[in-house]
Amino acid sequence: MRIPILKLHHYLLISIQIDLDDKTAIQFQEDLLNKIHKEGATGVVIDLTSVDIIDSFIAKVLGDVVTMSDLMGARVVLTGIQPAVAMTLIDLGIHLQDVPTALDLEQGLIKLRQELED
Amino acid sequence: MESKSCVHIRQEWDIVGARQLGRERAKEIGFGTVDQARIATAISELARNIYLYAGTGKICFTIIDDLEHKGLQIIAKDDGPGIRDISQVMEDGYSTSGGLGAGLPGVKRLMDYFDVISEVNKGTEIRTAKWVR
Repeated sequence: MRIPILKLHHYLLISIQIDLDDKTAIQFQEDLLNKIHKEGATGVVIDLTSVDIIDSFIAKVLGDVVTMSDLMGARVVLTGIQPAVAMTLIDLGIHLQDVPTALDLEQGLIKLRQELED
Repeated sequence: MESKSCVHIRQEWDIVGARQLGRERAKEIGFGTVDQARIATAISELARNIYLYAGTGKICFTIIDDLEHKGLQIIAKDDGPGIRDISQVMEDGYSTSGGLGAGLPGVKRLMDYFDVISEVNKGTEIRTAKWVR
């Protein structure tokens, strides 16, 4: 299974709408980095509104992809993390401190624009 | 009233299967969305441990509904290498797999009851439960 990555001007948009298994998550990491490279994207929004579980492995993959994209010169914002997911992550001891987040896709795009165009 | 169901963990995809079944069971007995997410996440961690360290094993769910308690008991059992030092794996940040090391201490915080029985070269059994409030 592959997660679709959409291009919008210089940004890439991803909405994760499936229950992520480890293999799909790793594949997504690779696909996103390749797409950033191919499209010359400067910003990425990964929307997690439909994701109702993030365990330690998925959290690590998401945190890593933010760092990896950053190394390539693209800024990633995670959006739409559900209340239940946020509470569960803290119980697990995962704080994702250096990961930029926003309430929803709209706020995520505003955040990217502010950071990239200022 | 008790009803039991088990998921065998043999391949990576079974981790998803186990947490989905666990979430369904949790929903059936009346857990709210936050506790459903906690239970599903705990199962995911337990199932991944089995897959990574023991290769195969199983996760069983028992719905408990008696005079004192109503909730879900989860037992993760494998015949893998076992845990040599349980207090070490219960430390936050400890990981032998290069992961985040959120594993077992994380599961303990997500659930209301948590117990590990492990014997080196025999296997590990983790019993955990959450009660409906």
